[in-house]
Amino acid sequence: MQPFKPVLLEAVGVPDGNTLASYRSRGGYAPLERILREQQPADIIEMVKASKLRGRGGAGFQAGLKWSFLPKDHPGPIYLCVNADESEPGTFNNRILMEDDPHQVLEGTMISAFATRATTAYIYLRYEYPHAWNRLQAAIDECYAAGLLGKNIQGSQFSLDIYLHRGAAAYICGEETGLIESLEGKRAWPRIKPPFPAIEGVFRKPTVVNNVETMACVAQIARRGVDWFTSIGVPADPDNPRDPGSYGPKLYCLSGHVEKPGCYEAPLGITARELIDGFGGGVWKGRRAKAVIPGGISMGLMTEAELDTPLDFKGPGTVGCMGLGTAAVVVIDETVSIVDFLHNSCRFFAHESCGQCTPCREGTSWSLRMLERIRAGKGRLKDLDILLELGNTMGMMPGSTICGLADGAAWPIKNAITKFRNEFEDYIKRTNPEGWMVTDPVPALQIVGAH
Amino acid sequence: MIAHGRRVITDEMVAEIEALAPRYPDRRALVLPALHIVNRELRHVPLDAVVDVAAVLGLPPAEVQDTLTFYQFFHQAKPHGKVRAFVCRSISCALRGGDELLVELCRKHGVEPYGTTEDGSLTLEPAECLGACDFAPCILANDDLLKNLDPDSAAAALEEVKARAAAREDS
Ligand SMILES: Cc1cc2nc3c(=O)[nH]c(=O)nc-3n(C[C@H](O)[C@H](O)[C@H](O)COP(=O)(O)O)c2cc1C
Ligand code: SF4
Ligand code: FES
Repeated sequence: MQPFKPVLLEAVGVPDGNTLASYRSRGGYAPLERILREQQPADIIEMVKASKLRGRGGAGFQAGLKWSFLPKDHPGPIYLCVNADESEPGTFNNRILMEDDPHQVLEGTMISAFATRATTAYIYLRYEYPHAWNRLQAAIDECYAAGLLGKNIQGSQFSLDIYLHRGAAAYICGEETGLIESLEGKRAWPRIKPPFPAIEGVFRKPTVVNNVETMACVAQIARRGVDWFTSIGVPADPDNPRDPGSYGPKLYCLSGHVEKPGCYEAPLGITARELIDGFGGGVWKGRRAKAVIPGGISMGLMTEAELDTPLDFKGPGTVGCMGLGTAAVVVIDETVSIVDFLHNSCRFFAHESCGQCTPCREGTSWSLRMLERIRAGKGRLKDLDILLELGNTMGMMPGSTICGLADGAAWPIKNAITKFRNEFEDYIKRTNPEGWMVTDPVPALQIVGAH
Repeated sequence: MIAHGRRVITDEMVAEIEALAPRYPDRRALVLPALHIVNRELRHVPLDAVVDVAAVLGLPPAEVQDTLTFYQFFHQAKPHGKVRAFVCRSISCALRGGDELLVELCRKHGVEPYGTTEDGSLTLEPAECLGACDFAPCILANDDLLKNLDPDSAAAALEEVKARAAAREDS
């Protein structure tokens, strides 16, 4: 592995690294001040477009392109929502950014607001992050006191307020239109798109939703330049004009069965194996990995044989996973039953489905009931086909749901059953020697809680 | 507006809600902040408080109740414990004993998941990923993140949080 100096994580471990003074001593806010003095919003959109920065929240959409969808010459207000709901199992890099370097997140937010002409930014922060809340609020207070937020910032005519808004423990509030509904004081029911938030978002006004790490990247692009950013990562495929490449540093979250869990910064494109062995100290207790989640549980599973896959925006898709997602890598060692893994995944999505779309509401709760039954020694081989059918039919990609939560529920099901079918079959035959071949309908063991 | 006998939210709470109003172009956006303020003080949001919040925000109570019920976070029937402990059961914690941790803590305290001890000192709730998988298995107890737990260290750490919560109550 080439030596790589962390940039996004520069402040981690620095005493008082979360303060304004420390951030300024590292060169922070000088880029913002220069931009306010010398540049126009269109220049910043061009800069972010040229950097080919792709959103870090899961979908990997190009940030500059998303901003350019805002209506031109809109009288305002335009809103910026920073997505700090971070609830994808395995993911914690936003927490570390907000706790250890809140000013980096705020500077990125200010530059993005300037570019998009937003005069109010809401940071939608999940309830479970009280420490991040305190650190961000303290940093926001410092900025108001230093004249970096408020009216007519440093005589530039640019005004901006940043407010923290607290969630209430619901994963779906991370989906951008669920977030918008929640911010408006309603149930976090994702909206049917179009209209996209850039046209009609929060309070029915044009809105940009971006992830916390995306904001930190914007701050670093402004400080270090587009060439620096595009010198890192995996270049676009020259034979595919639609491939925007995977540029820049990325925060990888490593957890589960590794010796050294943690958040590590590396160039996009590091392989799962390099990450696990090079940063994570290997699979714990000298064991082998059975399976590895490449980017949060929604992305599905890679097998041990697929661990040399590069973790850029394209890599996981080449081995049947949904994508890079949040780059949260979870290692599952050889002692874990894949049945238990899938039960855990199905339980999560059954709990978090918002209940609007029938395939998602019913599909997630039935998949959980089936896994409960399999684990209770009443599974049948036919269940695997039914689960696969569920996995193949619920989601935005098959076109049966409003949002991507259902795709995230489907992927672990599809990957687990297709990549580990033998293990499921052995388990079912072993635990249900009398009934594994039965094909009649069977009742559920218990009813899953309604939403 | 629905009249009801018992006003449960205080003038201080109303002032705190109103102080946030300039942040939003629509008072409905104050629903979650208001519920959080009430919940922080009363450790639950009874129906009477829903009616009060609705009156303050100028909304029909049904709209506030509609929002509240979406977030399982807000208890309504009775207050949660002085310490509310969320025990993570999502994948990274489960791989390191999160499910067993919840079972063991519930057994030790004689409660079911989501239940509150009789003395009202502790509520134990299963939680989905707390965003602290680097410290799995972990618990969020009030504002404290308890890290890298096993059943014994978890029980000890919870006692400390309980002692701090009780001390705050006395002061
Ligand atoms: C079910 C679901 C949950 C999501 N949760 C989050 C989240 O917690 N944080 C996040 O930034 N994006 C999340 N997203 C993605 C957002 O919808 C959105 O794409 C993202 O915030 C855009 O920011 P970015 O372009 O900077 O990545 C989620 C999407 C889905 C479908
Ligand atoms: S796909 Fe699921 S979570 Fe998304 S809107 Fe439909 S029911 Fe809700
Ligand atoms: S899985 Fe427990 S904190 Fe993430």
